[in-house]
Amino acid sequence: MPDTITLQVARYRPESESAPTLQEYEVPLREEWAVLDGLNYVKDHLDGTLSFRWSCRMGICGSCGMTVNGDPALTCGTFLTDYAPGPVRVEPLANFPVIRDLVVEIDDFLHKLPEVKPWLVRDDDGGVDDVEFLQTPEQLDAYKQYSMCINCMLCYSACPVYGIEPDFLGPAAIALAQRYNLAPATSAHQRLDVLATDAGVWACTYVGECTRACPKGVDPAGAIQRYKLTAAARTLLPWGKR
Amino acid sequence: MTYHQPVPLLWWTRRRSYVVFVLRELSSVAVAWFVVHFLLLVTAVHRGPGAYQEFLDWSARPLILVVNLVALAFVVLHAVTWFNLAPKALVVRVQGQQVPPRMIAAGHFGAWFVVSAIVAWVLVVML
Ligand code: SF4
Ligand code: FES
Repeated sequence: MPDTITLQVARYRPESESAPTLQEYEVPLREEWAVLDGLNYVKDHLDGTLSFRWSCRMGICGSCGMTVNGDPALTCGTFLTDYAPGPVRVEPLANFPVIRDLVVEIDDFLHKLPEVKPWLVRDDDGGVDDVEFLQTPEQLDAYKQYSMCINCMLCYSACPVYGIEPDFLGPAAIALAQRYNLAPATSAHQRLDVLATDAGVWACTYVGECTRACPKGVDPAGAIQRYKLTAAARTLLPWGKR
Repeated sequence: MTYHQPVPLLWWTRRRSYVVFVLRELSSVAVAWFVVHFLLLVTAVHRGPGAYQEFLDWSARPLILVVNLVALAFVVLHAVTWFNLAPKALVVRVQGQQVPPRMIAAGHFGAWFVVSAIVAWVLVVML
């Protein structure tokens, strides 16, 4: 195994350039090093001006998502040795505006999340403080995978529909809606006006890349297709409107 | 100033799933063509045996045959990808157990086969 590997890192310095360029850095190739470790090596030893987001280094915070050799990935969970002998191309997440280097603007996603009311919504307005909502293990299983989302936005980056139609509510937001739709203590039809729209589930053409990109096994594509059935039943069938 | 990453014209060639997605979207053209072809057939039948024979001769031309074969391939692609999607949308529980996704897809393909067999049988018996 060679002891170094080349990182080709996208640089974008808005004060001096109008489009990103690739810059090469030679970093140590260690067996236990993730792409993020390589970037941190650059930042600490080679070029302190490189900007990127990260926090937990263990696939929990969802802030280190980037495009590695063309694929959306959590850079803390993607190992340099898997790309040896290199080079490894590291670019910002696709489909998002770039603020600087590898840092993308996430405002659009942050605005979309609360649109789906990601909390328990009930028809009877009894305060949640006075009641206890019981659920069986099967009921928990029905939505548990959707609750594993870490908001890393890899699915948005993988989704060509979102790239072409930025209004699309998107995979993670819809999976999150399903997480609350399928919880036994909630009223699923409350989210119909947001989900059953052109910018909601009907924008999805089932490419399936969101599910492949997801590092947490959320299966947003499945959540969307499932809700399409719910939306169709509720809007088309006469007894569906409740 | 944020930089808006452009979507390249050939973005859909980058992944197999993207190619399949674009082909599936294109398959709507094939469906539209079959509708037109069918309407032409109905018109020909309406106009009498002469026009019907003319329509048959026209449809037998190599160019139209090729167009129909390509359209058929697109429609089959559409049907197959649609049925493969079914288990994603349908989560069925029987006696508390989730029916495996493969079974759901198999059920759809099975139903497709049965319906096709019935149609084929009707056509053969009618002829
Ligand atoms: S659904 Fe998966 S890929 Fe999308 S934001 Fe959540 S964890 Fe990331
Ligand atoms: S640094 Fe937190 S998920 Fe990678």
